[in-house]
Amino acid sequence: MSENTLYDNVWERHKVDDLPNGQDQLFVGLHLIHEVTSPQAFSMLGERDLEVAYPDRTFATTDHIVPTTESGRERPLDDEEAEDMLSALERNTSEAGITFFGFDSGRQGITHVVAPELGLTQPGMVVACGDSHTATHGAFGSIGIGIGTSQIRDVLATGCIAADKQAVRRIQLEGRLGEGVYAKDLIMTIIRELGVDGGVGHVYEYGGPAIEELDMEGRMAVCNMSIEGGARAGYVNPDETTYEYLRGREYVPEGEAFEDLKQYWESIKSDADAEYDDVVTLDADDIEPMVTWGINPGQAVGISEPVPEPSSYEDEAQREMAERALSHMDLEAGQTMDGYEIDVAFIGTCTNGRVSDFETAASILEGRQVDEDVRALAVPGSETVRQACEERGIDQTFIEAGFEWRRAGCSMCLAMNNDSLVGDEVCASSSNRNFIGRQGSKAGRTVLMSPAMVAAAAVEGAVTDVRRQAPGTPPEAADDVQEVAD
Amino acid sequence: MSDVTSESLEIRTVAGSGIPIRGDDIDTDQILPARFMKETSFEDLGQYLFYDARRDDDGELNDHPLNVYTDGSIAVVNDNFGCGSSREHAPQAMQRWGIDGVIGESFAEIFKDNCKSLGMPAATADRETIKTLQDWIEANPDGEVTIDVEAETVRYGAHTIDVEIDRGMRQALLQGIWDTTSLMYANRDAVDAVAADLPYTTLD
Repeated sequence: MSENTLYDNVWERHKVDDLPNGQDQLFVGLHLIHEVTSPQAFSMLGERDLEVAYPDRTFATTDHIVPTTESGRERPLDDEEAEDMLSALERNTSEAGITFFGFDSGRQGITHVVAPELGLTQPGMVVACGDSHTATHGAFGSIGIGIGTSQIRDVLATGCIAADKQAVRRIQLEGRLGEGVYAKDLIMTIIRELGVDGGVGHVYEYGGPAIEELDMEGRMAVCNMSIEGGARAGYVNPDETTYEYLRGREYVPEGEAFEDLKQYWESIKSDADAEYDDVVTLDADDIEPMVTWGINPGQAVGISEPVPEPSSYEDEAQREMAERALSHMDLEAGQTMDGYEIDVAFIGTCTNGRVSDFETAASILEGRQVDEDVRALAVPGSETVRQACEERGIDQTFIEAGFEWRRAGCSMCLAMNNDSLVGDEVCASSSNRNFIGRQGSKAGRTVLMSPAMVAAAAVEGAVTDVRRQAPGTPPEAADDVQEVAD
Repeated sequence: MSDVTSESLEIRTVAGSGIPIRGDDIDTDQILPARFMKETSFEDLGQYLFYDARRDDDGELNDHPLNVYTDGSIAVVNDNFGCGSSREHAPQAMQRWGIDGVIGESFAEIFKDNCKSLGMPAATADRETIKTLQDWIEANPDGEVTIDVEAETVRYGAHTIDVEIDRGMRQALLQGIWDTTSLMYANRDAVDAVAADLPYTTLD
């Protein structure tokens, strides 16, 4: 078992008791709720005549079902089911005295974008939310745990979850990312190397120079997709980058109180002599822009690499999965993804819907036009992100290039609102899952990539190497750029 | 508040005919597509289980195992079943379809937790053992498959195989305390003490 890692330290500070079933009872320091997975939990609470134990440690927003067009957000929502869910959340939070960031607050957005940017997420917390991408909060050196609805009931009623401690795998990222290569490419590489089930039973601790160099938004993108690698939680030890990000945010105390908290944050970091159950080392120097070719996030290649032959997999199930993926994506093994035509470009989500994501994509779009056959959607992860982008004029770059600039929500990541693929459309997407049907159409095809790569694909009308479209790079210089970047 | 640690909630065995659902990494978007989550109750979810996977492009029911083994109540799956989202809607839909237990090579963590919350045993065995069981069910579609939680075995035909059930899940099922709310609710004072000792809770 691991010892003296951040995971061990935070676990110990939050452990309440050994439960008779052999699990640990853990205090949840920050509970985030949204409209899709919480209404049933509030009903269960009502049936038992229980109240919300820690309303002050609970925050709500609405993200999964919200329309992202301006007119779509008028109440009541056109979609009756969506209106029911939103109304239920408003009613439940109001009755329990839980802060709710709704449309009128100006701070509505995806839970995993909103909580960090408001400073709600801090190092050394246990963060729980009825959403698998709660792993995101690990970027701050907290333990983010995605939970089901019955567990939401547990947290609402008791402020705690019953949990089994996992093994800790240190993922050491040596080297540094090259030009045009981002945090998204890093985590996609990790998932490809370790497998979509590689993290089952594990928590991932990300570290090493390539991680330390990332800003907080990059670290969030990495931790966010831990779950895609099978790890329920992933984290980065807090450092000065973390503290600088936190300073001055709405829910972060100032002055002496900040310094006191910082002492706690420093105290829970993994010790230099921490013991891990497992250590994996990867070299970030070798990573190139990544794209998926299949139907799970582990089926990914570098942009210059050929799509693997199913026969290259030793395991029969993996082979079948590859064959199924090629058939669904209408792809031939042996070809690269470069040039694979797209119909839709989507930038947003809890993985890549933050200001720096739009900023980077805008730098690619500047002075360029989205291909005329491509429908392009930019959906800020939160209203705060939207406003920050608009203050900097980033929205104008998107609009002038031919993107629709929308209001905040989960949108086409899982198509629970009107933003959906149609038929067998191909989507270049900055989201996190390429499962069949994920973007709203059973025949739809998702190609996961970084926001910069989505912007480049939108312009090209096909998957392409963003390094050929680096900011200010005329098309004829493309080959030189690629050689330098390789 | 009701007493949920009663004997009536103890789950020692679950049994029924099998449903072999083959394939690794079957994700929650396949098990329950997101568009069917737009309800504030779990009640009607059963009909949406594997909704897209059970249908051809023209909407007709295909030969998906759920369409073939319609009376089955023990699902036998492969590796990393239930990966993807945290939606409890997935095992809720399985339970409401009539599935009482699931045996597989491995399960995604949140999916397994959700099974525990619902009192649905999730047992694991190695690839070869699972394949043999899936083959047997295909040859014996009406044959009974029993998950014995206490003995950590699965019985079918003349066979008894060893399986693993997580300690927490096994204890919870055997003691009838798979509903953890009341367990933890009893520790309210200790929770307050832990909360008060954390620097970030006192600074709000």
